[in-house]
Amino acid sequence: MDGSLGEAHPEAGQTLSLVLFSGTDDRLTAAAVLTVGAAAMGRRVNVFLQYWALDAFRADRIHKDHGVAAEAGPEGADIVRRHGGQHWSELLRQAKDIGEVAIHACSLSMEMFGITTDDLDPLVDDQEGVASFFMDVDGPVTFI
Amino acid sequence: MPGVTHIDRSIDARGLPCPGPLMSLIGAIREGQVGDVIEILSSDQGTKTDLPAWIHKAGHELIEVEEADGFARFVVRKAR
Repeated sequence: MDGSLGEAHPEAGQTLSLVLFSGTDDRLTAAAVLTVGAAAMGRRVNVFLQYWALDAFRADRIHKDHGVAAEAGPEGADIVRRHGGQHWSELLRQAKDIGEVAIHACSLSMEMFGITTDDLDPLVDDQEGVASFFMDVDGPVTFI
Repeated sequence: MPGVTHIDRSIDARGLPCPGPLMSLIGAIREGQVGDVIEILSSDQGTKTDLPAWIHKAGHELIEVEEADGFARFVVRKAR
């Protein structure tokens, strides 16, 4: 980051720690909007990708339709699709551009799905275990 | 007085959903020079609170906010 806002540098206790579990487009978009907002306001963002969220970050699938959460129902799904706005991967790219945003793949989920780092979109910085993720956690963890 | 400030750059972000207008402003601030005055139009409701919050946090100056029919106009000076 070149500190666009940015120059309000992240302080201790100012990290947004997100664990993304769900791989549906609505939940990933909500998480990406939180990430952009936090990065814009000078917070560090620490993201851990597990299960279906990790699967959605496969380079060859990232732009495919990942559906919406079950509670949406057919009508809710239509509302979400019609709303438009930028794809969650683009929002995350912008967040990384303006702030300090690290995206880690959960090594357990990588093994479970047989995913290697080469399979993942470059948005993902690395893979790590859960204890390493908590090295950078300095407050509550939000699970989406 | 509204409308008499010299504008260096104008951005029409009407129609963009949150956080589009904020990201447009951040981009323009990054590209601009200190002292530049940027005008941005937005129809997104969240922008009404988000732009002032970001401008304050990032240390720039909100010169003007003007409500129009269905959108708002913000005038910002890049302060650093």
